[in-house]
Amino acid sequence: MKRIYADLHLRPNLKDSEQVSHVVSKAAKLGYRLVAITFSSNFPEEEIRRLRSICKEAKIDMASRVDLRPRTPRELIRDLRRLRRKFEIIAVVCESKNVARQAAKDRRVDLLNFPSVDFRKRFFDGAEAELASNGAASLEIDVKLLLTLEGSPRIRLLSNLRKEAAIAKEFHVPIITSSGVSDEMLMRKPRELAGLTHLFDLDEISAIEAVSKNPVAIVRRNREKLSPRFVAPGIRIVRGGRDC
Amino acid sequence: MLKRVKRRYLALEIDADEVFGSKEFMDAVWSAVLKLYGEYGASQAGLTLIDFDMEKRFAVVRTVHTAADMVRTALASITKIGDKPAAVHILAVSGTIKALYKKTKR
Repeated sequence: MKRIYADLHLRPNLKDSEQVSHVVSKAAKLGYRLVAITFSSNFPEEEIRRLRSICKEAKIDMASRVDLRPRTPRELIRDLRRLRRKFEIIAVVCESKNVARQAAKDRRVDLLNFPSVDFRKRFFDGAEAELASNGAASLEIDVKLLLTLEGSPRIRLLSNLRKEAAIAKEFHVPIITSSGVSDEMLMRKPRELAGLTHLFDLDEISAIEAVSKNPVAIVRRNREKLSPRFVAPGIRIVRGGRDC
Repeated sequence: MLKRVKRRYLALEIDADEVFGSKEFMDAVWSAVLKLYGEYGASQAGLTLIDFDMEKRFAVVRTVHTAADMVRTALASITKIGDKPAAVHILAVSGTIKALYKKTKR
């Protein structure tokens, strides 16, 4: 069976529908069959439906994603309660340790994202990985910074990513490699994204799974949970009758 | 006895709005390899430009097979060619030029 490649972090300018369709058609041309577009939490559902039809025209599957940037764990829980059933993917941008820990242990969180280049603000350590492996969260690595940074900041970033990838592997936390770009010139083919992960010592199989199996599994799992037939993990309504 | 050097040929698609020459292109490739792997790594790559057609946005480079992954990574990290925004995508990789052109149907 042909492998499905996915990029779970595209950030086109949603106000510019021409740019959105360019980015989507470019993703299709590069070989992706599934993309996730980041929306703001109050983005109208009709607009999401309209974007879905644009993606369908480009023969690419689209998942809706929201990036949460809570300041406190309480705020995170509140946002999750409000948004979990509205979006297919929920990513938490971890800017404080408390938020990172809460996000890792909450099973409603799909992706943990650490955007900072400063190693003091990257909280993916052993404790975080252990919580994430017991929960359902995956570590998301955006390659945008690898492409845009140069010199010593990139060296420091690579060093941090190498440590984080090793920790994730040790605790069996799935790694997702995404582009995280809004500019189509920075989009790369799935194999090229996998190639860039060699820079932080991800082996070939893990690198390919990070752009195919792992992201696809998240979207499948969440679509099943969001479907009206879902009752509990492993239980779903097969047929409804009058006496049911 | 010296071992025969195995090579890999990479067919590349140049994604850019602007036009530039083969020298600017190879400078960008060398600079990407140098930035990521340093002079020692670059010396092991054995990079050579085989074909370059800016009209068709197509190029072929040759490398040593042991450095193919390194070159692939470096090519993916190119964001500018001669200060103009650009990207380089790998179309095909092969052990012979003949098979490479067959794969890319040229």
